[in-house]
Amino acid sequence: MEDLQLLDAIERYLNGTMLPEEKKYFQQLRRNTPEIDQMVVEHRLFLQQMDLYAGQKELMHSLNEVHNDLVEKGDIYEGGELNTKGHVIQFWNKYKRTIGIAASIAGVVALGISFLVTQLSPATTKSDLQELSRQVKELNTKTNVLAAEFKRNPKIPEKPTYTSGGTGFLIDRKGYLVTNAHVLKGKGVVVSNSNGPELSATIVYKDDSTDLALLKIDDENFKPVTSLPYAVKKSNFDLGSEVYTLGYPRNIIVYNSGYISATAGYDGDTASLQISLPANPGNSGGPVLNKNGEIVGILSTRERQAEGVVFAVKAKGIYQLLEDLKKNDTTYQNIKLPASSSLKNLDREQQIKQVQDYVYQIKVYN
Amino acid sequence: MVLKIHSGVKPETNEQLLLRGLAENDAKAIETIYKDNFKMVQAFILNNSGSYDDARDIFQEAMITLYEKAKSESFVLTSQIKTYLYSVCRRLWLKRLQQMGRYVAQSEILEETIAVEDDIAIHEKRNADFAIMDRAMNSLGEPCKSLLESYYLQKKSMHDIAADFGYTNADNAKTQKYKCLMRLKKLFFSQYNIGE
Repeated sequence: MEDLQLLDAIERYLNGTMLPEEKKYFQQLRRNTPEIDQMVVEHRLFLQQMDLYAGQKELMHSLNEVHNDLVEKGDIYEGGELNTKGHVIQFWNKYKRTIGIAASIAGVVALGISFLVTQLSPATTKSDLQELSRQVKELNTKTNVLAAEFKRNPKIPEKPTYTSGGTGFLIDRKGYLVTNAHVLKGKGVVVSNSNGPELSATIVYKDDSTDLALLKIDDENFKPVTSLPYAVKKSNFDLGSEVYTLGYPRNIIVYNSGYISATAGYDGDTASLQISLPANPGNSGGPVLNKNGEIVGILSTRERQAEGVVFAVKAKGIYQLLEDLKKNDTTYQNIKLPASSSLKNLDREQQIKQVQDYVYQIKVYN
Repeated sequence: MVLKIHSGVKPETNEQLLLRGLAENDAKAIETIYKDNFKMVQAFILNNSGSYDDARDIFQEAMITLYEKAKSESFVLTSQIKTYLYSVCRRLWLKRLQQMGRYVAQSEILEETIAVEDDIAIHEKRNADFAIMDRAMNSLGEPCKSLLESYYLQKKSMHDIAADFGYTNADNAKTQKYKCLMRLKKLFFSQYNIGE
């Protein structure tokens, strides 16, 4: 292909990697052929723009990382409980020993109290909330028909009986997915996005107290993605800001939008936030994104009594989950959450197009 | 326009080092500048009906303006970084408030500020160019977008790119890169006016 070689030559000429004789010849060619001369000028301008673009993009990435770092360390205060966390860390470093002793005493007392409380307290209030995981019994017939069409995946059992399901999304290029812990009522997991086959996945980590879980796609048909378009937001957000979600309440991906209606969750739970948005069983574990394409939360429960009152675990929880995980096991050191979003300034339709491939339907079997 | 030397303050060499670090995208330098200046800007924006997110946006915008300035060859440090960032943020935020149609009470200037209008104008042009490239990149689709990013942004070799994307050899990857590049250039130049 001649054009290809020409452009290749121009690029080498411009970045100075041409050999002296070739360069001499090329300059001659430039002088004699106005079209080529024009192409060189144009391409130089383009490469300049590309360089500036690359530099600024890298800087924006660094700025976001530094910002999140400083928020984490408590050097920057962004409202809410984040600051106290910073203080707690400083405080902790100062009084490590004393706290250690005090904590062990407190621990014993707390255990005693919590035992008494569980013994004496009435039935839990959990029933006010409905987990948005999905009963997938009705799916079985459909998936069996579909399964026959695909080449059989040896890791997935022949006729799995799905016990629960929901939504999850990638947080790392190499196939780590985040979802809700309550979605995973079983041992085996099958995931699929809007255009791919079913892939097998394993449960890496599950924490019922925060209702978060980490899955790893371990299927040979899964190809690592080059980059994730969205970021996972660590810091706080503003009341009333617009958000949207993608999830699998049905067998196809469904979009819904709403706004942050409270910065704390059910019963004052500061680890989650309240969102006004229509959600259905199956939306559990889906990402909640703001207008800049940053993930602010993970959709988890809705209030039974009220329409459109939905709760999401704050995205900060994902950072904590990873920290906990890395403390115990060094194999997960390389998981890196995407810190900058390439979706800023794109309109909603464009954002969805780019995000939807990384949102997976999750089905669980025993 | 050359900025007037800030009254009585001699630029410190330490600041020169920080600025050189910023121009090279050095994480340590960025963190130092960030840490020393963000709080002041945040306080200003929160006090003037902005949110935490606004403060972050505006401050980062100002950092990019400073970065562009630090990168240009003709750059001479003529004011303290603090004064410069504060002035840019102040100007950017008042401008944004005006755009939102909010009434801005021009407080009697008690703080020291310097004229940054020219820098902001340059930055805005730069931002517009950035947006054109960004839109062009984003409308390319995959694998073109990632392929070109690997080559032009992450500066990977064609050989590594071929391996990453699963091409059988570097030549095939090169052909694909060429096709993607042509599309990108077309998209870019349809928006970007060379004549100006």
